[in-house]
Amino acid sequence: MELKSSFAAASTVAVLILSAWTLSGWTPADAPSSLKGVVKFEGTAPKPTRIDMSQDPLCAKAHSTPATTEDIVVGGNGGLANVVVYVSDGLTSHNFQPPAQPAVLEQKGCQYKPHVLAIEAGQKLDVVNSDETTHNIHPTPNNNREWNMTQPHGMPLEQTFAREEIAIPVKCNVHPWMKGYIAVFKHPYFAVTDKNGDFEIKDLPPGTYTITAWQEKMPPQSQKLAIGAGEAKTLDFTFKP
Amino acid sequence: MVMKIKRFGAAAICLSLFWGGVTGLAQEARVGNLVGNAKRGKALYVRYCIFCHGPFGDGRGESAPFLDPKPRDFTKAVFKCRSTPSGSLPLDSDLYDTISRGIHASGMPSWRPLLRQERVDLVAYIKTFSSAFQEEKPGPPVQIPPEPPATRESIQRGEQLFQSMNCWSCHGKDGRGFGPSAATLTDSKGNPITPFDFTSGSRFKCGETDPDMFRVLVTGLDGTPMPSFGSAMTADQRWDVVHYIRSLSDRRAQAKLKNQPTGQ
Repeated sequence: MELKSSFAAASTVAVLILSAWTLSGWTPADAPSSLKGVVKFEGTAPKPTRIDMSQDPLCAKAHSTPATTEDIVVGGNGGLANVVVYVSDGLTSHNFQPPAQPAVLEQKGCQYKPHVLAIEAGQKLDVVNSDETTHNIHPTPNNNREWNMTQPHGMPLEQTFAREEIAIPVKCNVHPWMKGYIAVFKHPYFAVTDKNGDFEIKDLPPGTYTITAWQEKMPPQSQKLAIGAGEAKTLDFTFKP
Repeated sequence: MVMKIKRFGAAAICLSLFWGGVTGLAQEARVGNLVGNAKRGKALYVRYCIFCHGPFGDGRGESAPFLDPKPRDFTKAVFKCRSTPSGSLPLDSDLYDTISRGIHASGMPSWRPLLRQERVDLVAYIKTFSSAFQEEKPGPPVQIPPEPPATRESIQRGEQLFQSMNCWSCHGKDGRGFGPSAATLTDSKGNPITPFDFTSGSRFKCGETDPDMFRVLVTGLDGTPMPSFGSAMTADQRWDVVHYIRSLSDRRAQAKLKNQPTGQ
């Protein structure tokens, strides 16, 4: 036991020294490159399904027109929203501090805003309940700790996820139609497409990467990308149902 | 002489490596003044637990297909009955209590027939199935303040909270477990799970006393849809809910409550 713990202590020290060394040795490229692109949906967009919120009148009255499901949201130009685009391979540095700015997941109109959220491991996540009703927020991860918290209107709730996982399903057991996803990364090179399917990954160091696009209903896709210092590249994805 | 010392040294290294291996398995468990031994725990596990929880502790024992709810998967280190916050590991004493108490309305019997030392040994062995017990520490345990009297007012406040906290969504307006969301509920492995019927009595999963109920309201039942009401309610409000839930299984108390004129 003692032998083990002293070895663990020694290896921790070694890792600390090593990470300090790599941190001090790493300098960002003078002109960071950027990656932009569009994720499109091919074919006719599926009609969104209407959600019946009548079991909780406080949810139903928050919508003047009936709320619809958000699993496949296609914009007017065929752009696919809520797709997580991220660097899945090729990073040479692995030392990243999570941003000090917390990410926010809001429960509004008994739906998650945003429907798909991408954050960094260790980054603070502020869960906000803007509804009058009481929610319970219940992520069901494979690689992180599972928790399940009740949140009445206005109660502050702050959580973190320790490990990378793409993506953790989030649900509210009280309102079974509520579904969302939280993608957790160990690096800052990811983006979620907006309602037009556009995304941008900023400040990518020069290198050769595998870029992956993840969508909750369809299988993920990957593409190779080589990017030089100061280059601005575009990369598009197309999802077919 | 030198050879002898060398040989002795090699033997010592071998021995320490061997012990290192054994103690690596010997995930420590302490309950009161008892210290669990995972090696002894393994022998007990193979004899008593393996049929349901399986040789790898993943809940896939030979009897598992016939059980509902399914046996716990120890490799996930997610436990229903804890005194620690939602998302936290349980204390050793929590696992010990579950083994001792058993879980009502499931295939898990009470293991009180085993010696206390044997139950602590089992805790030590169960903790070896997940590395989480080496990497993380359990959160701070729930503090349970003294229980105020179960007055009529307390029960009525509890009833309002049962409404505003959306307990009825699963447990139903009458507490029978037929709320509008009840049919959609699954545990974290996707198996259907039914909300507790509070009118059926007090054979709750994590203990039958009022402080047990108070504790479950704080911790939730991890791995199930039952959330933690950790900071959603004050301690007094939790006692109100406990009193209200108790009243649901006591028909005479309910009848009395209905027949009494309101205090104003």
